[in-house]
Amino acid sequence: MSKKKELVSKIGLRLDGRRADELRRVRCKMGVFSQPDGSAYIEQGLTKVLAAVYGPHQVRGNRSKAQHDSAIVNCQFSMAVFSTSERKKRPRGDRKSSEMSIHLRQALLAAIKVELYPWSQIDIYVEVLHADGGVYPACVNAATLALIDAGIPLKEYVCACSASLANNDIPMVDISHQEEMLGGPTLTIAALPMSEKIVLMEMSQRFHIDHLPKVMAKALKGCKDIKVILDEAVRSHVEDVGCSTGWSNTSQKIKV
Amino acid sequence: MALCEAEKTFILHSVEENFRIDGRQRGDYRPMELETNIVAPSFGSARLRLANTDVLVSVKLEIDSPTLEQPKLGKIEFFVDCSANATPDFEGRGGDNLATEISNCLSSAYKSSTAFDAGKLCILKGSKCWKLYVDILLLECGGNLYDAVSLAVKAALWDTRIPLVKSVVVDGNKVDMEVSDELFDCERLDVTGAPIMVTVCKIGDQCIVDPTTAEEHCSGGSVVVAVSKSNFSTILQTGGGSLHPMTLLESLKLGQTVAQRLDSTLINTLKQINDNSTDVGFLK
Repeated sequence: MSKKKELVSKIGLRLDGRRADELRRVRCKMGVFSQPDGSAYIEQGLTKVLAAVYGPHQVRGNRSKAQHDSAIVNCQFSMAVFSTSERKKRPRGDRKSSEMSIHLRQALLAAIKVELYPWSQIDIYVEVLHADGGVYPACVNAATLALIDAGIPLKEYVCACSASLANNDIPMVDISHQEEMLGGPTLTIAALPMSEKIVLMEMSQRFHIDHLPKVMAKALKGCKDIKVILDEAVRSHVEDVGCSTGWSNTSQKIKV
Repeated sequence: MALCEAEKTFILHSVEENFRIDGRQRGDYRPMELETNIVAPSFGSARLRLANTDVLVSVKLEIDSPTLEQPKLGKIEFFVDCSANATPDFEGRGGDNLATEISNCLSSAYKSSTAFDAGKLCILKGSKCWKLYVDILLLECGGNLYDAVSLAVKAALWDTRIPLVKSVVVDGNKVDMEVSDELFDCERLDVTGAPIMVTVCKIGDQCIVDPTTAEEHCSGGSVVVAVSKSNFSTILQTGGGSLHPMTLLESLKLGQTVAQRLDSTLINTLKQINDNSTDVGFLK
């Protein structure tokens, strides 16, 4: 531990001043664009992601892909060339983005009720504007909001969060780019926070298996925290939209 | 977007009456929103929303060596990325054609030295210069892409700050430079001459500016003019259709006046932006 910089200081603060179990600031907005059926924007710390959902619509291109019992879910992950501190050559098509697309699809497929839309297709596009650690979690959260905005039935929210192990002992949540760079393992999970089911888990580097349960519990806790934030955003958005159509005038608002 | 004959006729008549489907006159623009300095990892950035068209531009700087033919000039490169967020047609490589078309048009518009002085980007003749990467991200397409892109690019270049080079030491073939450590020790670019592009669309017998997607579908031919101060720096005929030489000259004149008007409005707006306003971005 002498050479490696400690990720959590003696008084329990991380490099950016957070405590081990604190998320970065999450700000989000639904319905950013008018052309897609659903769209959302999310900021987690400095990481900024835009998501757009088109569909369900008729299968485009190759019709033979259409399935008789479920909708096809099509995901594309792309990163703006200026999103990282060093300029990227291509926004998509490289190995990392195709991997991200596949993982994104996997997480979202677990929550979307695809069986309701046979012979159709749902397109989900995410665009990363600024990558500062935790790109995948932000993408999943943005895509969830966009799906809700599009009115596509979901089993429940899908939320993702990353966690790591600091100083070989303390589990910490929502890893920033700086912390990723300084080393330490990163565990990313996407989960259905209400039923506590994990739909995707990915880990880089290594730590002892004894540490796994507590890191995973921390990441799951992060997912639940994010769910609360997203839920609030969805409710206030629906309220705003509803108010403008005049429903608040007809009946008293009931706070649950 | 698919339009039926009746809809097309309606648009045609509305242009004829000088009262377009959204209530504008032929020379009017839709409302715009502009925000600068919105992408953190770049030297300058801007986001322009022209009704439904949404463009995000970022400028990044790198040190490069000038070409042998032009040892005194810096470099500027435009890259357009059509995000699939705009329309599913852009998925994969679907937007590449449109992207190349726009970026080529931009680079030819910025080629002239009176429009954009690349000499200012030179650090040491023949060996070191700044290279500007202007990256344009199309987030939503609601018609009139060229105009929106050119305005956003100009705003982003206005916002760009180039670090001050304190000293350059030449030791044989090796060139060492020292860039100022101070964060705010930067120079702004001179963008007063940066070209503004205006798409003039011919519908029926009349020419209009700032067409919506529906109007673009009814157009019998359109021409993009890039105007720098009062001179044309590029003229490009886009889309299908043909134009009579007389109409072409007329539309060029219209494009020029509109571009000058747009340019002065943009500069005035940019001057009003103060540095310490809070970021709004996409959260508005």
